[in-house]
Amino acid sequence: METITDQNWLLSVGTFLPLAGVLVMLFVPKSEEYWHKVIALVTAGATLGVGIYTLTQFDYDQSAKMQFFVDTEWIEVIKSNYIVGLDGISLPLYFLSMVITFLVIVYTWDNMPEAGNAKAFLILMLVLQTGMAGTFIAQDLILFFVFFEVVLLPMYFMIGVWGGENRQYASLKFFLYTMFGSALMLVAFLALFFQTDAQSFSFAHLVEAGPLVDKDVQVWIFSGMFIGFAVKVPMFPFHTWLPDAHTEAPTQGSVILAAILLKLGTYGFVRIAIPMLPEGAVEWAPWIGLLAVIGIIYGALGCLAQTDMKRLIAFSSVAHMGFVMLGISTLTTFGINAALFGMVAHGLITGMLFFIAGSVKHRYHTLEIKRMSGLLTQVPKLAWILGFCAMASLGLPGLAGFWGEFPAILSAYNPGFGLPEETFRTFMVVAAIGTVLAASYLLWLYQRMAFGEPTEEFSGHGPAAHAVGAAPNDEHEHGDHDLHDVTLVEWIAWIPILIAIIVLGVYPHLLFNFIDPAVTELVGRLGESIGP
Amino acid sequence: MISTILAQVGDFVSPVIDWHALAPELVLVVGINLVLFIDLWVDESKKWAMATLTGFVLLGAFLPVVTLAVVGDDVRSMFDGRYVIDEYALVLKAVFLLTAYVVVLMSQTELEEGGYYQGEFYVLLLASVLGMVMMTSSRDLVSIFVALELLSIPAYMLAAWRKRDRKSNEAGVKYYLLGVFASAVLLYGMSFLYGTTGSTRLVDIGAELGDELMAMQVLGIVFVIAGFGFKISAVPFHTWAPDTYEGAPTPVTAFLSVAAKAAGFVALVPLIFIAFPAADSVYQPFLWVLAALTMTVGNVIALRQTNIVRLLAYSSVSQGGFILMPLAVVGTGDGADSALKAVVFYLIVYAFMNLGAFAIVIAVARKTRSGNITSYGGLFSYSPGLATLMTIFLASLAGIPPFGGFWAKFNVFRAMLDAGGWAAASLAVVGAVNSVIAVGYYMGVLREMWMRPVPDGDTTTITPPAPIWAALGITAAATLVLGIFPGLVLRFGDLQDLTGALGG
Repeated sequence: METITDQNWLLSVGTFLPLAGVLVMLFVPKSEEYWHKVIALVTAGATLGVGIYTLTQFDYDQSAKMQFFVDTEWIEVIKSNYIVGLDGISLPLYFLSMVITFLVIVYTWDNMPEAGNAKAFLILMLVLQTGMAGTFIAQDLILFFVFFEVVLLPMYFMIGVWGGENRQYASLKFFLYTMFGSALMLVAFLALFFQTDAQSFSFAHLVEAGPLVDKDVQVWIFSGMFIGFAVKVPMFPFHTWLPDAHTEAPTQGSVILAAILLKLGTYGFVRIAIPMLPEGAVEWAPWIGLLAVIGIIYGALGCLAQTDMKRLIAFSSVAHMGFVMLGISTLTTFGINAALFGMVAHGLITGMLFFIAGSVKHRYHTLEIKRMSGLLTQVPKLAWILGFCAMASLGLPGLAGFWGEFPAILSAYNPGFGLPEETFRTFMVVAAIGTVLAASYLLWLYQRMAFGEPTEEFSGHGPAAHAVGAAPNDEHEHGDHDLHDVTLVEWIAWIPILIAIIVLGVYPHLLFNFIDPAVTELVGRLGESIGP
Repeated sequence: MISTILAQVGDFVSPVIDWHALAPELVLVVGINLVLFIDLWVDESKKWAMATLTGFVLLGAFLPVVTLAVVGDDVRSMFDGRYVIDEYALVLKAVFLLTAYVVVLMSQTELEEGGYYQGEFYVLLLASVLGMVMMTSSRDLVSIFVALELLSIPAYMLAAWRKRDRKSNEAGVKYYLLGVFASAVLLYGMSFLYGTTGSTRLVDIGAELGDELMAMQVLGIVFVIAGFGFKISAVPFHTWAPDTYEGAPTPVTAFLSVAAKAAGFVALVPLIFIAFPAADSVYQPFLWVLAALTMTVGNVIALRQTNIVRLLAYSSVSQGGFILMPLAVVGTGDGADSALKAVVFYLIVYAFMNLGAFAIVIAVARKTRSGNITSYGGLFSYSPGLATLMTIFLASLAGIPPFGGFWAKFNVFRAMLDAGGWAAASLAVVGAVNSVIAVGYYMGVLREMWMRPVPDGDTTTITPPAPIWAALGITAAATLVLGIFPGLVLRFGDLQDLTGALGG
C-alpha cells in the first residue's frame, strides 16, 4: 500500500489532543462547572481545528493512499506497531467524529443531564473522542482493537450514570454484548496473525498476506470478526442492546452512539474483515445481505410498534444500518461507496433526530408519542426541524439520506464476485419495501407529534403541568412558560448538521469524490485475490 | 564413624559464592535481624519507625537487583546450577520486593491503629519475602522446598495476625493446616522424583525423564503439581483461599493473594520448563483441567459474592486459572516462548492491579467499616478519585484496554493460539468465555460505585493516609503505564535465558 508521510504529526495530535483537555480538567475542582464546560469546549474546538487543518492538507487526488502516515515501534515483542494513516475511507468518519463531539459539547452548555457532575461527564466525552478518532486512523490490528475498546467504558458510564430510569440494565447489556463481540474479534485477529506468517499486525501487511490463507480458515476467522463487528453495527439478531442503550442514554450519549459508535462496526467490515479475508467475505456476503434486509424490515416494523420517540429512532437505526450493510455485502464499488456515504448520512441525520428527541424531552418531560401533539403550533421551529430530519431520514432525494439508501439498494441488483444475483435481487426488492415502511413510520411519527392541536396536558403551557422533573435552566428566556422554541445554543449545535445534510444531499460528489478512489482500489484488490 | 565424617569434611570444597548475585538475599537477612533487634529497643509509641525501616530494607535489597540487571552479564549460576540468577529470576525478585514494599505502605496505618504487634509483623513479612526472592532463583527440588517453607510459615502467622478476631484465627488455622498438607504432598511427590531420577537438580530430572515414564514418576509429577496447586489456589485445591482471605487483615490478604500466589507460579515455571518437558503427556492434561476448572469455578462463585474481599479472593482464584492456561500448553508447539512471556507478564501486571484494588478496599473500609459491596454505593459521588482508581484496577482485572490487565490476557490468548492444536484452542475458548463472565462481577462493583446511591447517606470525602496514597500511586501508575507501553516488561521472560541456564 502506498503511503504519504507528509505532516505525519497531524493525526496523532488530532487524536490525543482531547486527552490534554482531560488532564487539565482533572486538576480543576468539581464545583467549577463553568470552567469545565469552557475547557471541554476549547479542547473539542481545538481538536476540530486540527481536523479542519487536516482536511485542508489532505491530498484529494491521492485519496486511495494512506496519508499522514506514521509507523513507529510500539510493542516490539508482539510485533504490533503504532501505525496510523488516513485515506478516503476513513477521512469522512474521522472528521465526523470531531464535528459531532464538538457540537455535542456545545449542546451540553445548557443541557447538562440531570445527574449533574459536568466534570466527569465532559471528561468521559473527551476520552470517547480519542477512542473514536483513534479507531478510524489505526492501521494496526492491535492498535485498532485498543481504540475500539477505549470507547467502551466511557459509554458504559455515560449511559449508566446519566441515563434514564432503566439505565443500569441498559448499560450492562450494552457492555456485555460488546465485550462478548470483542472477545471473539480479538481471537479472530490473533488467528489471522498466526495464520499469516505471524510477522506483523499492520493492515498493509495483512491485506497482502490475509488473502493467501486457506479458504476454510478464512471463513472461520471471518465469522469471529463478523460477530465482533455485527454486535457493534448492530445487525439483526445482535441488535437487542441498541434500543435499550439508546433509550436510556442521555441525549449526548445517544447522539454519539448513533453518529459514530455504530460506524465503528461497519468501518471494521470495510477496512478489516473484507480486504483481509476476501474469500471468507464472499462466502459470508449472502448471509450478511440476508441479515441486513431482515434488519431493514425488522427495524421498520419495530418502529411502527414503538410508543416512545427515542425508541422509535433507535429502531430506525437498525433499519438504516441494514441498508449500509446491504451495500457492503454486495462487494461492489458502487455498494461500498453507498455504504460509506450512508454511514456519514446516518450519523448526521440520526444524530440530529436524537438531538431533537432530547430537546423534546427537555421541554415536555416525556417522549411518549401519544401524549404529544401539535408541536408545530407550540414549538414551530423545533417541529420544522423534526420534519426536515424525518424527511432526510426516510431518504428524500435532495437530502443526505437519499445517497446512502438508494445506491445501496441499486447495488444489490448486480453484486460482485459471482455472488448469486437472484438472491441479491430479492434482497433489493425487500429493501425497497423497507424504504416504504421507513416513509410510513417517520411520517406517522411526524403526523402524530407535529400536526393537530396540542394535547390537553400541554395546551396550557403552564409550568404546573410539569411539576415532575427538574425545571429547565434556560427558562428565563421565555418567562411565563417553558415550552420555548429552539434556543441559541441549540441553533449553534444544530445548524452545522442541518447545513451538512442539505449540502451532501444536493452535492454528494463532495464525498464520493474522494471515497470512490479508495473504494475502487479496495475492490480492485479483492478482484486480484479472488478473480472476477 | 566420626572419622568418616571428618574425612568427608576434609574433602569438602567450599563452593564459589558470587556475593554480588546473592546480595539481595543477604540484604534481606541482615534487614530481618536489624528489624528484629531494633524493635526490642523501640518505644511502643515509635513503632511506626519499623515500617520505615522495613521499607528501607526492601529498597536496599532492590538496589543489588538493579545493579545485577545493569551489569547484565551472562546468567550467574551457583552450586552446580542449583541457584541461578538469570533475567527471569531478577525480574521476579524485583516484583516481589516491590510488592512487599507496597504491602508495607498498606499495612502501616492499619497496624498502628489496630494496635497490632508491629515489629514482629515486619520481621515475618521480610522473612516471607526472603523465601520468595530465593524461590525465583531455585533450580533444585530442595532449594525450592526450603524457599517454599520459608515463605509459607511466616505467612501462616500473618494470616492470624488479628489475634482476638475469631475469623482471623480461622484464617490462620485453615491456611496452616491446608498449607502443611500441601507441603507434605509436594514433598512426597519430590521424593518420588528424586528416587526415580537420582537427582534433585531440575536439569538432571529433566534429562532423566524420558519418553517412557515410570508410574512412580507420573505420580511424582502429579503430586508436585497438586502441591503447588494449593499454593496458587487452583481449583479444587482452593478451598482455603476465600476464608483465609476474608479473615486475614486486609494488607496480609493482599500479600497472600499476590505475592504468595506468584511465588507458587514462580516455582512451577522452572519445574515445567526445565524438569518436566519430556513429561508433557502427564502435566498438560492435568494443567488443562486445573486451568479450566480454576477459571470457571472461581468466576462462577465470584458472581455471587456480596463481600468485596471474598469477591477479590474468588477473582484471584480465577485469575490464577488464566496464568495456568499457557503452562498447560507448553511443549505442544513452538509456543513455549510465548507461554513463558505470558506468564511472567501476567504475574507482574496482576501484582500491581490486585494490590491496587486491595489498597482501595483498605481506604474505603476506613470510612465504611464494612466489607459489603453495597457499602461502595455512591463512592464516585463523594470520593471520585478513589472511585476512578478502583475503576482502573477492576477494569484492568477484567482485561479491558488500555489497562495492563488487557495485555496480560492478550498474551495468554496469544500464547494459546501460538501453541496451536485442539487442546490449546479449546482452552482458549474456555478462557474467552470466562473473561466475559468475569466482566459481570467486576462491573457489579463499578455499578455500585458509579450508579447507586450512598447507602447510609454519609458523603464525607474519604481521605486516605499518605502511605495508602503512595501505594495507590505506585500501583495505578504501573497499571496505566503497562497498559499503554506493555513492551516495557513484555520482553522479559525469554525462554532462552531460562533454559540457557540448564547446563549451570
